[in-house]
Amino acid sequence: MLVAGIILVLTVIAYLAKVVGGFEGVQFSPTVSVIVVILLAASLLWILVLTLKGRLIGRRVVFLYVGIAVSLPLFMSISQKIVISPETQQLYDAISELPSGAKVLVSFDYDPPSAPELQPMAEAFLYYCFTHDFKVIVIGLWPQGPQQANLAIDKLLALPEIEAKNLQYGIDYVNLGYQAGNEFVIQRMGGSFESMFPTDYSGHPYSDLELVRNIRNFSNIDYSFNLSAGYPGTQEWVQVAVDRYGLSMGGGNTAVQAPMMYTYLQAGQLAGLLGGMNGAAEFEKLVGREDKGTRFMLSQSFAHMVVIAFILIGNVAFIVGGRKKKL
Amino acid sequence: MRREIPLAITGIVGVVFVVQYFIPHFPFSRMNDWFSDWFSIVQACAIWLGALNLLKISAQKIAARKSDWIYSIVIVACFFLIVIIGFIEGESFRGQGTAFSWLYDYVYTPLSATMFAILAFFVASASYRAFRARNFEATLLLGAAFFVMLGRVPVGDMLTAFLPDGYRLSALASWVMNFPQAAGQRAIMIGIALGIVSTSLRIILGIERSHLGGE
Repeated sequence: MLVAGIILVLTVIAYLAKVVGGFEGVQFSPTVSVIVVILLAASLLWILVLTLKGRLIGRRVVFLYVGIAVSLPLFMSISQKIVISPETQQLYDAISELPSGAKVLVSFDYDPPSAPELQPMAEAFLYYCFTHDFKVIVIGLWPQGPQQANLAIDKLLALPEIEAKNLQYGIDYVNLGYQAGNEFVIQRMGGSFESMFPTDYSGHPYSDLELVRNIRNFSNIDYSFNLSAGYPGTQEWVQVAVDRYGLSMGGGNTAVQAPMMYTYLQAGQLAGLLGGMNGAAEFEKLVGREDKGTRFMLSQSFAHMVVIAFILIGNVAFIVGGRKKKL
Repeated sequence: MRREIPLAITGIVGVVFVVQYFIPHFPFSRMNDWFSDWFSIVQACAIWLGALNLLKISAQKIAARKSDWIYSIVIVACFFLIVIIGFIEGESFRGQGTAFSWLYDYVYTPLSATMFAILAFFVASASYRAFRARNFEATLLLGAAFFVMLGRVPVGDMLTAFLPDGYRLSALASWVMNFPQAAGQRAIMIGIALGIVSTSLRIILGIERSHLGGE
């Protein structure tokens, strides 16, 4: 317990040092990484043995292992092969068919709590749009959505390959901001974008923005991508914009929400789906810019493994304890 | 009249929204636009109402020294801090390099993400303590969770690398998501939709009045 605790504390300190700077070289070699994995697996095996002997562990130990599983992989040099799922490939194929100059509507329907999953998707999608000269129109049905969009756009504009394109606000991309009204906003956009967004995020009149001046409604949009963490989100976009106005749309959802979208995907109402951080990592691989989604997948792999290990240990305790003992 | 007017508004708006879906022409199209705009205005006002209500509840908690009242001070202080900074910085308060955007990027965003991330610890603990193979259904759920959790991360394929391409864990997870899971979701969604239709009809016809308070 003590050793595990020390490892966790050191890991957090090392990560902070890495973020702050000065310790750029903090990275386990592949051998050390493998040794750490073996130690972790051995300690879990030891917990299993203890459980078989009737000695149960407390929830704090579980918390500790989750902490280790999430933080240690940030320093490991283990490469994982990201396998592209059919739903991610479908999204990529859909945007690959768009011509240069295509108008893409991106709705940011999430807030910071879901950003670790959805922000990498947003960045990868916008990266593809910017590098392929698509015209990007950003809106948000969640109050913090447009702010999240700006974070992604600012980060991408600082990249040399994007900076070289000299993208202009109002001509190549625009952020129309947030509008209250949930699915009613989508419905009104079916008639007129300007009625719902008379000004952009910074207060410029709609008619002054060259990019959107001639965009009246969904019929002028070539493709739409919705980043969603709940209500209103992909489901509402499908029910109103796709079903009623025939908008071609792909979705980027949190891992919790993604299973609900498979029905729309199979019905052809969604042209592609990214689910959780795994979806983000897959899409990053496809667009050729591996970033946070890919980097954090090792942590997610470890966390999943640890949760599965504890589910198995819990069931062993359940069986050994005569199916009565509570943990 | 306190009941009749809201009931009439509900009924008229409900009928218009249903009719305009099938007849998207004047006058229903125009009425749909009006009512949609009204909804946006009402929702925007509700955001204010929510914020003021939060302030009121927090202030009452502080005044009465109820349990955890100290957190209410944090809520009130943060509320005013953000509002005051927003007003001081004027129209461009959300622009790059403003104090507001700094607070958003480096305080609000990491704190929100942290709160959400804590779920991972509780999910792991809850799975350990409660995810049991008690009966056939629970065992089936456990098996599906096992394969999907492993199949949705790259390590799943690493563990089954010895198998042919279409038989690895990612393929199995994909099958679970696309067939049994999607079938279950579809059934749930159809059930919910039928429930929404019946409840909406009850509200439009004035049979269900709980949204007006009382009864």
